[in-house]
Amino acid sequence: MTNEALKAIITELLPAATFEESGQWLTIYVAPSDWHLLAKKLRTEAALLFDFLTCLTCIDWKTHLTMVYHLDSTKFRHNIVVKSKLGADNPAIETVSDIWQTANFHEREVYEMFGVNFINHPDLRLLILPDGWEGKKPMLKDFEDPINMIRL
Amino acid sequence: MVEEIGRTADGDIIINVGPQHPATHGVLHLVITINGETIKKVEPHLGYIHRSIEKMCESLTYRQFIYVTSRMDYLSSHINNHACALCVEKALQIEVSSRAQVVRILLDELTRIASHELWWGAMAMDLGAFTPFFHAFRERETINDIMEETCGARLTMNYIVPGGIMQDIHPNFQKRIKDFIKLYKSKISEYDELVTGNIIFQNRMKGVGYLSAEDAISFGVTGPAARGSNISCDVRKIYPYEIYDQLEFVEVLETGCDSFARYMVRIREMNQSIRIIEQLVDNIPEGDFQTKTKAVLKLPKGEFYQRVETARGEFGVYIVSEGGTTPYRIKFRSPGFSNLSALDHMARGSKLGDLVAIMGTLDLVIPDIDR
Repeated sequence: MTNEALKAIITELLPAATFEESGQWLTIYVAPSDWHLLAKKLRTEAALLFDFLTCLTCIDWKTHLTMVYHLDSTKFRHNIVVKSKLGADNPAIETVSDIWQTANFHEREVYEMFGVNFINHPDLRLLILPDGWEGKKPMLKDFEDPINMIRL
Repeated sequence: MVEEIGRTADGDIIINVGPQHPATHGVLHLVITINGETIKKVEPHLGYIHRSIEKMCESLTYRQFIYVTSRMDYLSSHINNHACALCVEKALQIEVSSRAQVVRILLDELTRIASHELWWGAMAMDLGAFTPFFHAFRERETINDIMEETCGARLTMNYIVPGGIMQDIHPNFQKRIKDFIKLYKSKISEYDELVTGNIIFQNRMKGVGYLSAEDAISFGVTGPAARGSNISCDVRKIYPYEIYDQLEFVEVLETGCDSFARYMVRIREMNQSIRIIEQLVDNIPEGDFQTKTKAVLKLPKGEFYQRVETARGEFGVYIVSEGGTTPYRIKFRSPGFSNLSALDHMARGSKLGDLVAIMGTLDLVIPDIDR
């Protein structure tokens, strides 16, 4: 499906969505509050069927965080990128682990590394970091560790 | 927090498997809740070999960061390097010579065979058969010798760089590969005689670790583990890179959805890799092995994503560039991480003894999961 056709369908699903086409794939910007509803529609809409969440990650832009979701459809083989801007203080977005089960682990990783709170996540605990880890989130740009700082 | 080891209120037992258990192939820590012999829950605890590679990459240049990626999935290090090189080349629009492309694919496929062979030996060893390990290593050593001669290393090769390959191939390269193909073809039937056809082995693998196609997609399972559930997910076929679209090979699919199906996918996949190698080994074009690039690479502002098929599944590199010499953010989408997330789902309801048969066919490499 062409970007134009994808855009038309997604605009119909969520009129508030904005688009960007400069990258490899069509990028959609959504507000955190709209994300879960849109995600459900992207997964189930017969013409889209984005059933494969390839990659879920977060970027720290110092002033804010951006959640990035790479979606793929195993039936149609079209790809999109969904981005959502979160505030730097108490960043929170609804979980999509009920829609794509792989999000469970990926969101736990983003939670411990970036401090994003995933609302309604079934099991939001530390995954990679050791038990009892407290303090700053390691993947944030202003992370400083007095003992084990990685500086190359 | 790790649940307390012992008994739960309703009489289930919580036990540890790992982090130093031989069947977890590294430092994977599983906390398992069992009722009698039946698994009720498997909870992975990661991070014993977490080196913060993504954070490290933020302060490494586009020539340097490839070296740490060899340390993630160390059994597919060529393919990891390949993904990173492709991503940088895509961003800078560097054309790679056809000689370099062919050599890259040859090395990728040799890596895939070496990885599957190690998996095959280790898998059989997990199930209690020690001999196959030696059979697998006999052939795998030959591949490592080829790597050593041409790349200068046996495990973390760092041979594929942006623009091509680091240096030209060794004069013996083609001859050695042909010798390996001959050796492989004379020995591969042993694999089936020794393990595949063994009734004890089959009984332990068939019907174990059921993973339906829908669940596999939902959990983001890729690679041979997903192809055992009849999902077409080979990146070489669906999003071809380099010259994979001009080569003749089939995507191996099995419909069993169980451990035996995943086992068969890998065994059959090795033959397809041999097929690819045979097509290319006599047809390495003459020309430059590396395109001339600037000493310091500066990626334009933007985002770049490249996916490749490693021996374990889809590996993705996501680079966010601000226009500098180092990436602003790098994310490695490692196949093992997503594959592991399906383990709990697959193991629930099976017997404790089947856990190694399930985990074995996911082919987990722990540094790839922890990064």
